[in-house]
Parts: sequence; C-alpha cells; structure tokens
Amino acid sequence: MEKKITDVAKVIRSKNSSPFGLTFDIIFKDLDIYMKVKEKNLINKEMIASLYNIDVNTVYKIVYFDPAKAVKIDMKRLIASGSPGDTDVYGAQQHGPLLNIKFDL
Amino acid sequence: MIKDEILKKKPQTDPFKILSPTAILGYGFPQESFINGINEKPDLIAVDAGSTDPGPYYLGAGVSFTDRTGVKRDLRYMIKAGIENKIPVVISSAGGSGAKPHMDWCENIILEIAKEEKLNFKLGLIYSDIDKNVIKKSIDAGKIEAMDGIAPLTKTAVDETPNIVAQMGVEPIIEALKKGCDIILAGRAYDPAPFSALPIMLGYDTALATHLGKILECAAIAADPGSGSDCALGILKKDSFILKPLSKDRVFTEQSVAAHSLYEKSDPMFLPGPGGTLDLRGVTFRSIGNGEFEVSGTKFIEANPYKIKLEGSKIVGYRTMTIAGTHDPIMIEKIDEILIKAKERALSILEKENIKGDIFFHVYGKNGVMGYLEPVNKVFSYEIGILIEVVAKTQEIANTICSIVRSTLLHYGYEGRISTAGNLAFPFSPSDIKMGPVYEFSIYHLMPIDDFSLFPVYTKEINFKE
Repeated sequence: MEKKITDVAKVIRSKNSSPFGLTFDIIFKDLDIYMKVKEKNLINKEMIASLYNIDVNTVYKIVYFDPAKAVKIDMKRLIASGSPGDTDVYGAQQHGPLLNIKFDL
Repeated sequence: MIKDEILKKKPQTDPFKILSPTAILGYGFPQESFINGINEKPDLIAVDAGSTDPGPYYLGAGVSFTDRTGVKRDLRYMIKAGIENKIPVVISSAGGSGAKPHMDWCENIILEIAKEEKLNFKLGLIYSDIDKNVIKKSIDAGKIEAMDGIAPLTKTAVDETPNIVAQMGVEPIIEALKKGCDIILAGRAYDPAPFSALPIMLGYDTALATHLGKILECAAIAADPGSGSDCALGILKKDSFILKPLSKDRVFTEQSVAAHSLYEKSDPMFLPGPGGTLDLRGVTFRSIGNGEFEVSGTKFIEANPYKIKLEGSKIVGYRTMTIAGTHDPIMIEKIDEILIKAKERALSILEKENIKGDIFFHVYGKNGVMGYLEPVNKVFSYEIGILIEVVAKTQEIANTICSIVRSTLLHYGYEGRISTAGNLAFPFSPSDIKMGPVYEFSIYHLMPIDDFSLFPVYTKEINFKE
C-alpha cells in the first residue's frame, strides 16, 4: 500500500549539524511503520540525492535510530552557514523536498 | 560561598540537582518555572549562552547575538538566587561566541547586576581565546585536523582570523570551582560542560553527567511541548539521571527525549566532545510518571590524545543589498534568463571601470530559501521577491556595484516586455542597504592538547554589599 511520508511521520525537519553540515530528521509516529521502512531501507542515500537533485556523495550518511523511531540524514553544505551566497544561516528550512516522499509498505 | 552540603555530596547515595533556566542565556524563562526550580533546592544553576547557529558574524565581529537587556534579565534571576542560596552559577560560551570581547561584555553585565543588587561574591573568569602561535606550532607539527570535510588549516587563515576560540571541556571549570568561585563566567565551552563540571568534580559518573548536560543545555527543548525559553531540572544519581519539567504545561516523554537526542547532531549514537565521545548505543529511556523521565546506560569513550575544537571566522568583504519585487507575469516567466543577462550587462559596465565583486540574486517565490538545494525549477507564484546581494572588497565598492545592478535590472529591456516604466517594486527609499563586514567561518578544526593552560582561570572578589 502506498503511504505518504506526511501521513506516517510526526516530525520532518532540517538544521545545521555544524556550519558545514546539514542534518535532517524524520520521526515516525508508529514503530511498525518505522521498522518496515528500516528493514527495507526505503530511505537511503540514492533516494535523498534524487529528491534534492544533488550528487550522492554529498549525502554523508543515513542513520536509523530506533529509540526515537527516527531516520537521520547527514548532508554536506556546499556553502557554509552565513558565507556569501548562503540562503539559510540556521539550515532550518531545507526539509521541503522530504515532504514528497512516498513509499510502498 | 558555596554551601558545604553541596560540596559534600556523595555520588553513591546523594542525588545532585541541576537547574537549567533557559536554552540560551537571554532567551528568557517564566519567573514561576524558575521559582519552582529554586524550590527544588538545586546544587547548581548553569546555562549555555552560545552557539555557532547564528552564523560567522558574531564570533568574528566580537558581538553578542543575544540582546543585552534579555541577558541581564536572565542573569539577575540566576545570580541573585545563586548568591542568596549559596548555589554555584556557571555560565559558558559567554556573549554567544565566548571570545575576549564577548567575555568582557558579559562580565560587565554581571558587575552591573552585582552593583545594583549590592552583592558580594568570588567571580571566576575562564578565557578560551587560543594564542595564534600555539596553533601555528600545531600546524607545523601536522597535528591539526579539519572537521566536516573542510580544507586543512593554514597559517594565513590563522593570521586573517581575529578571534580564535576553542571549546573547553570541564577541566578549567573544575579548576575555577576548586578556587572557590561562586559565579563562573567561561568563554567558549562544550555545551554540556557548565552542567557536568561540578558533578564530575564530586565524583559522579562522567558519561551520565555529560549526557544530562547535553540535554539540559537546551533547557525545556527536550520536553513536550518543547521550549527554549523555559526551565528544566536534571537529577543526577549513581546509575541514572532524571529529567523533571518545572512548568505544569510540559512533560518529558520517551518520544520528546529521544527526538531531542537527534537534534542538531550528525549522529545520535556517538556525540564527540573535548576529551572523548558519549556512546548512546546502550541507553535506556523510561518514563517514571508526573512528566518525569529516567535515562541510564550512557558510556563515555575517552579520547587519547585530548582534542579541542577551534572556531574562528574572518572578514571576506562588505555587503550591500536591495530588496525588490516584481508582479509582471512575463518577467516572472523568464526570470532566470533576465537575471543572468542583467548581471552580464552590469558586469560589463563595471569591468571597464575595473570594479570587482560578487553578485547574488535571492529570488523568493522561486529558490530564495533553498538555493542550490531547490529541486523545483518553476515559479508558481504571481509575484516574486528579488533580493540583490553584493559582496565586495570595501563597502564603497559594494555600494557602487549594488547601485549599478539595481538600476540595470530596474530598466532592463527583456524580450517581450510590455511594462516599460520599470521592472521592480522597491518597498523602501533609500533602496540600498549597507550591511557592513561579511564574515565566513575560517577555522573549524581539531587540535590536540597536553594540558589545560590554554584556558586560564582568573578570580575576582566582587564586593558591593554595604
């Protein structure tokens, strides 16, 4: 059955992990759905790279964190926080494309 | 003088209570929550005042990102309660970035409060500015390590960076506590350090104390509903710690605490800091009722050698910007092409005058928020905002370039144009805003150290009591 991420996640957010990195959290509502996503590795580097239309090598890692029913995505910032050309000093509004995730569970 | 019963606490039997009033000094907290916290008879009041979140400007320019009035208001509560109840108060990452100018700014506020409230106490000051020669020697020895895939540190970058600080661990704070300081103002510090220093000094478990500090530095952000401007209490025990809300509006839940362990971190299982890494793989979270929450099982992996994180930012130019908008559907449809061509035209005028600088367009309604990360390449809006940003070697040059780009874009005759009076709506006169120096993070590197003399501890007797 196809599910929209916005139906199964209660938090989807982005933030600087440092001036040079962005981190994204997807926190699921339900443990079963989280476990299915984890087992099938539905959220992976390639998927994130294609959502953002970026080089897969700039997606450092994906971490599944069971205690929070959450997936963490760690990404390189191509422009450091606050450097000329940056658009989001805190990195708090880079989560939009994640809201389009859909998967077959 | 710190109460004797605090200094005589025994980790085997006595709980150690830490009051965290707010996530960032100056963000505020409800008076009622703070009083609830004091009624719990805490053994320590601690606050983290800093962050690199607001960007490179504040560290480089030696300016606080929090407001003086807000900081003074928060500190007055903390210092008065600390002195009155003989509870130590530890403030770290003074002034937001923790360099000497930030330390002086915050010390001045503390002295003002002491004078106004007629207080006597011993003030501890711990500086975190790192001598450039020490860093250069470490570069020569090949010991500096770049973080997050950035370039290796060079001596030129060291010379160009006005304020270089390093995050201290608990050791210098423990030294200040041992010197009998009642109020400690520390420069840049690892966020948990002001919370964990005293319990670690008294023999409480380093891993649990640090993990508790990691949560308390954000005060009630880890509660549900989360808030950075409300108080939280941490109770450290032999084998666990408890989080307790201090407002009846909040509870700590498994979800809220676990979610917080993800917040602003690249990996939730391993949290590196000065001297070692917190290992959260074996952590258990347990709700114990009344909105309270118990955590146990944290481990600490000691690092050898002991490394500290250096931070610094330098000036890369001066900025001028203009805010404008357009409502013309023909222009919006072709906006990418128009901006490229208008920029080319402006550059060709400037080149002949040998004027150089960087020009950026932030197009709100298109990709102004996400820039290169924006996967959508289409405008759906009937109006868009165009922020013209120019960074150049001097403010005057940035002003000139901004003016030329603004006027070129205003009157640019793009193909199919039927609105021939002007392409932009400016909300303000004057339209161009001079923004001063632009900084960028130039140092974010690890350096090994042999001892803690890089963080000197000074004490001052403050006597305003009549």
